[in-house]
Amino acid sequence: MEFISQHPVLVVSLVKIALTLFVVMTALAYLTWFERKVVARMQSRWGPYYVGAHGLLQPLADGVKFLFKEDVTPPSSDIVTYLLAPFLALVLALTAIALIPIGPPDVTVLGQPVFAVSNVSIGLIFLFSITSLGVYGVALAGWSSNSKYPLMGGLRSSAQMISYEVSLTLSVVGVLLLAGTLNLSDIVSGPNGQTGYWLHFIPKWNVFPQIVGFLCYITAAIAETNRVPFDLPEAETELVAGFHTEYSSFKFAMFFMAEYANMITVSCLATILFFGGWLSPFGGGEWEKFIPVLIFGALAVYCLYDIATELQSIIHKLQFTIVVGLFLALAAVCFFFPQYAMPPFWFILKIGIFMFFYVWARGTLPRFRYDQLMSFGWKLLLPVSLANLVVTAVVWLVMHP
Amino acid sequence: MIAPLIVFFACAILAVLGAILLIIVREPIHSALSLVVVMVSLAILYLLLGAPFVAAVQILVYAGAIMVLFVFVIMLLNAGEEERTDWSKIAKWIGLPLGFVLLLEIAHWLFHSEPGTAVANGVAAPPPASTFALSTALFRQYLLPFEATSILILIAILGALVLARKDQ
Repeated sequence: MEFISQHPVLVVSLVKIALTLFVVMTALAYLTWFERKVVARMQSRWGPYYVGAHGLLQPLADGVKFLFKEDVTPPSSDIVTYLLAPFLALVLALTAIALIPIGPPDVTVLGQPVFAVSNVSIGLIFLFSITSLGVYGVALAGWSSNSKYPLMGGLRSSAQMISYEVSLTLSVVGVLLLAGTLNLSDIVSGPNGQTGYWLHFIPKWNVFPQIVGFLCYITAAIAETNRVPFDLPEAETELVAGFHTEYSSFKFAMFFMAEYANMITVSCLATILFFGGWLSPFGGGEWEKFIPVLIFGALAVYCLYDIATELQSIIHKLQFTIVVGLFLALAAVCFFFPQYAMPPFWFILKIGIFMFFYVWARGTLPRFRYDQLMSFGWKLLLPVSLANLVVTAVVWLVMHP
Repeated sequence: MIAPLIVFFACAILAVLGAILLIIVREPIHSALSLVVVMVSLAILYLLLGAPFVAAVQILVYAGAIMVLFVFVIMLLNAGEEERTDWSKIAKWIGLPLGFVLLLEIAHWLFHSEPGTAVANGVAAPPPASTFALSTALFRQYLLPFEATSILILIAILGALVLARKDQ
């Protein structure tokens, strides 16, 4: 106990890092389940169903499968860079998440803010500098495999990521002009933040004045994370599996996890920059703690109904009982500790909506052709985000003489 | 104040090692990666010196953009291993002593210079320079050099366009 009170920074930071890592890793695993379930529903299928009730243990089974698969290393590969690439991809993707604040900076434990692993004064630029290094994982994987398809995939992917990074960064500058700060917490709740209302009911989120910037951002973000409809690097009909063709076993899983971690990061950033981060759309009154109780309660009731009617095997029923307990526990936490639980609740809810959007796009849109991708990025997205920046700057100057 | 010192020497050694590797290794991609290591270690040194913005921009521009382009071009050309010719030996016999002389010279000047606020001297890092102060200096005091540089870059882009264009 003495050690804890003497080194509050060290202890709180370590706990935050461990907790964030655990939550993010679990979220990555269950995002695959979520994606498969939603896409299956869009295509009138069931998706994973048998491993655990409604396929709930499928991510676990996949993880174990990846661990025990044979790890093949191509003999002609460049071994150092071949091994470095997946680590680089995953480490950079996870480091970026450490910069995200999921709650107000003034909620503290032992004098340390709880809701961000590290609150950097120039958070946004730091985040961009870390994500800009993510290209190396893809490019090196493609090159070091010493094989034609991965090389083509790596080349395409680096070209795509370089092209869209320009629009991604430019589309955010409009928000920076409005916020007047690079600190991610201050962008949400600083002096020029997103608290308050227009006309007493529209929350002051940056998405309303910066709708063009937001559309540019979300398009560039999907391209930056190599997802449908911009998943050219791994267009399987042309390139087998793109840059990670020669990767097997857990190294492949690492690329997979890095992709999902990047999706989480850009969703977090979209939430913070455009959708008021952890702020509630209803102003944060005392009554709001009933909203998560209502949502989790409804989910628990649905699960109970499922146990009673749908699920046949006794093990599946038992598993779903645990899920019901989990929902009830979450509802209780939100109800009894609203100060600590409500900001993350809103933040994660908003991220969940972005994740659904990602999956929705994947279930709906066909893939771009490579030349379409390039001309779209350079000839449409870049000019539009530049124009958005110029217009925002002019309007800002007129309003603040 | 022991932690910044450890970080300083770790990054300094890493930067020097990266720079040496950059010259020694024969695979172009490995050279490019060593240069990335140098850039990132330098960025951490800037952080120690209390310049977070410069550190972030160092990573963003050098490691994230310029070196990515280097790697991209090397991949695109599929450049093979560097070949050593007779001229390479001259580099070894003349370059190494000359480099040593240069190092001695720098060491001499460093030894006779005033102790500043560098972390290696055991002096605490200055408070971080704010982005506001930096941009005020850049866009008020040094506006002309800034604009001149941007025009220079614009000319370079136009030159690249002209060179890349096919003859009509």
